Amino acid sequence: MSGGSVLVLGGSSDIGLAIARAFAAEGHDILLAARRPAELAADCADIGLRHGVKARALRFDALEIEAVESFLDGLEELPAIVVCCVGVLGDQPLLEQDPLAAAGVIRANFEGPALVLGALANRFEARGSGVLVGVSSVAGDRGRARNYVYGAAKAGFTAFLSGLRNRLASRNVHVMTVKPGFVATRMIAGLKTPPALTALPQEVAMAVLKAVRRRRDVVYVRRVWWLVMRVICAIPERFFKRLNI
Amino acid sequence: MKLSGWGQFPVVSCTLERPRVQADLQALLARGHGPVIARGMGRSYGDSALNPAMTIDMTGFCRMLAFDPVTGLLEAEAGLLLADIIAAFLPRGWFPPVTPGTRFVTLGGMIAADVHGKNHHRHGSLGNFVEWLDLLGPKGEILRCSRQENPELFARTLGGMGLTGIILRAALRLLPVETGWIRQRTLVQPDLEGVMAAFESSQDATYSVAWIDCLARGNALGRSLLFLGEHARRRELPDRLAAQPFSVPSRRGWSLPFALPAGLLNRYSVRAFNALYYQAGRRALTERLVDWERYFYPLDALAHWHRLYGRRGLVQFQCVIPLASARTGIARLLETIADAGRGSFLAVLKRLGAQESFFSFPMEGYTLALDFPVNDTTLALMQRLDAVTLEHGGRFYLAKDARLARETLEASDARVGSFRDFRRISGAGQSFASLQSGRLSL
Ligand SMILES: Cc1cc2nc3c(=O)[nH]c(=O)nc-3n(C[C@H](O)[C@H](O)[C@H](O)COP(=O)(O)OP(=O)(O)OC[C@H]3O[C@@H](n4cnc5c(N)ncnc54)[C@H](O)[C@@H]3O)c2cc1C
Ligand SMILES: NC(=O)c1ccc[n+]([C@@H]2O[C@H](COP(=O)([O-])OP(=O)(O)OC[C@H]3O[C@@H](n4cnc5c(N)ncnc54)[C@H](OP(=O)(O)O)[C@@H]3O)[C@@H](O)[C@H]2O)c1
Repeated sequence: MSGGSVLVLGGSSDIGLAIARAFAAEGHDILLAARRPAELAADCADIGLRHGVKARALRFDALEIEAVESFLDGLEELPAIVVCCVGVLGDQPLLEQDPLAAAGVIRANFEGPALVLGALANRFEARGSGVLVGVSSVAGDRGRARNYVYGAAKAGFTAFLSGLRNRLASRNVHVMTVKPGFVATRMIAGLKTPPALTALPQEVAMAVLKAVRRRRDVVYVRRVWWLVMRVICAIPERFFKRLNI
Repeated sequence: MKLSGWGQFPVVSCTLERPRVQADLQALLARGHGPVIARGMGRSYGDSALNPAMTIDMTGFCRMLAFDPVTGLLEAEAGLLLADIIAAFLPRGWFPPVTPGTRFVTLGGMIAADVHGKNHHRHGSLGNFVEWLDLLGPKGEILRCSRQENPELFARTLGGMGLTGIILRAALRLLPVETGWIRQRTLVQPDLEGVMAAFESSQDATYSVAWIDCLARGNALGRSLLFLGEHARRRELPDRLAAQPFSVPSRRGWSLPFALPAGLLNRYSVRAFNALYYQAGRRALTERLVDWERYFYPLDALAHWHRLYGRRGLVQFQCVIPLASARTGIARLLETIADAGRGSFLAVLKRLGAQESFFSFPMEGYTLALDFPVNDTTLALMQRLDAVTLEHGGRFYLAKDARLARETLEASDARVGSFRDFRRISGAGQSFASLQSGRLSL
């Protein structure tokens, strides 16, 4: 599989880098978009050397909504595949007290990612091809006390992706939602998570690669998460509200 | 976390950190909680890469940074795997200039042990191909070291077993090759005399190594198979291979899920040796093409083969005897092994070329390496082998060591004092230490 470059938004993320490597191994050129592109020079060199592809880093801040169109205009060519890994977990207790911080989390998980993918969708639609992959989260499947600011933003992102998919299904533009479950990255480095429910970034990357080939719509990386979320969503609200999970 | 070297002896509980950015690595050093040791893939056999208080796993630093397709110079982070270097560069016509018998080692680990390969008599150790390295020193400073800049620190870091600092990055010159195949010749040798004469007359061969049957005694002492190898040129391949000279048949990997009783290994390895011995004898000196993987890394196909040695693990004995006394020294070692009646092992014999270095293992002579299951009898046998080595002016390979006595090391290697002084004066002694350096007071 070759054909077209892959743009990773949030290219400095552990998951995003793993995805970039997986696509590079298949012969795709790579663009890593991140707030501090200079820090990605070594990763670009490595990807290029290992896989004999072109890899570059670009400056991109998902919160600069007014700059989205000019960012896209600045690309040498419209990529074939875009993967958005932008996200911020945030410290829930703090977010409950600090509306500005909470707004930041909501914007970084929902507003920014949704609007940039929306802008790309328009260009893909015009071209008549393209794949958009949004990395959302199982946390968006049901709000919980532990992380509902993040969860609500991811829920919004998931709904946005679903709508985009619906809109573009007949336009040869594929939209995929990824709900990775726990992934051993720096985002959750401080948390203790059950090993059976925790994937490695490479595992997420392989799952995304496979799912893009098969044009899957919604992907849970480890199957067990699908079941876990089914169960969690099936619990009636009057019990759920008293649970601590 | 329980850690060990490849021999799974000793197994020690160590605090292990795996930083991925330089600042985190520097912070670990700056904590001032006593010395740390860097660790690569833990393919050294014993306790070189173990420090209970703080062992730093360097495999998080594994990026390739630059490559010059004209000179073959690869710049990379120290945790990069040799296997990844081969995977990326062999298809482009480059091979590691020196390689140990496994490719699951890191660039940093290879430099720290200044590894040698089957071509040592021709090309020397890995250090010859290291253009520069960036070293994280005792105070968290980063120094570029090469033959021009900080030359002493550079030379001491080659073979310095992680005790001069932490290697962050290095530049390694790769070797151009035309194919992924080796032309292998097998010479059957009836005794030690024969195999050493054959080594001496094969000095032109790029690669040479011998397997010795340690069961053989008396007239057959040193009975062996000598393997010589050359990188095949493209025109030397049959057409069907020449079309894609770097693609070799893929091998199915096997893994040993648990430890087997130690006796099993001896029986099988010796049987395999005998089969080969007679086969090669019958087909008299045939030359054949062997792919790089089978030639250089036959053991890599069986992941966790060390578990063959049973639960208590294995120890490797590896010494080098200087050329002048090599004949008698190696003979005495083999006799000692055969006398112990535990001799159903294969030993590896290799001619090393001349090498001057601060603390690296190789010197001109013959190196003998063999594995033993850990038990009281083999540990006692190894002490007898130590004594024979000392008598013949030989020394020991720290990357294989788990049990050498400090006095033995001192008696074997006049360079120890200067290495200790350097560690004291530079401050490295306070910042970098392994269980091995503690045991040997380095
Ligand atoms: C099957 C097998 C075959 C082998 N064959 C050979 C052979 O033919 N020739 C040969 O020479 N060796 C051979 N070896 C030994 C092996 O090559 C060395 O022990 C090598 O050092 C292992 O590299 P590693 O990355 O696993 O390092 P480790 O075992 O993790 O560490 C080895 C040493 O390197 C130091 N080190 C590791 N990384 C760094 C770093 N970034 N900075 C500073 N110090 C560091 C450690 O502190 C330690 O002292 C063999 C080993 C095995 C298991
Ligand atoms: N790890 C998990 O368990 C898990 C589970 C489910 C979903 N996810 C999702 O997976 C995605 C990747 O996360 P990760 O686990 O790989 O963690 P990560 O390494 O922390 O990745 C988060 C990424 O988002 C980027 N980012 C944050 N705000 C940004 C902004 N305003 N503009 C541009 N980029 C911004 C970060 O870039 P900087 O380097 O510039 O900060 C970083 O690349 C996230 O969307 C996360 O929500 C993770």
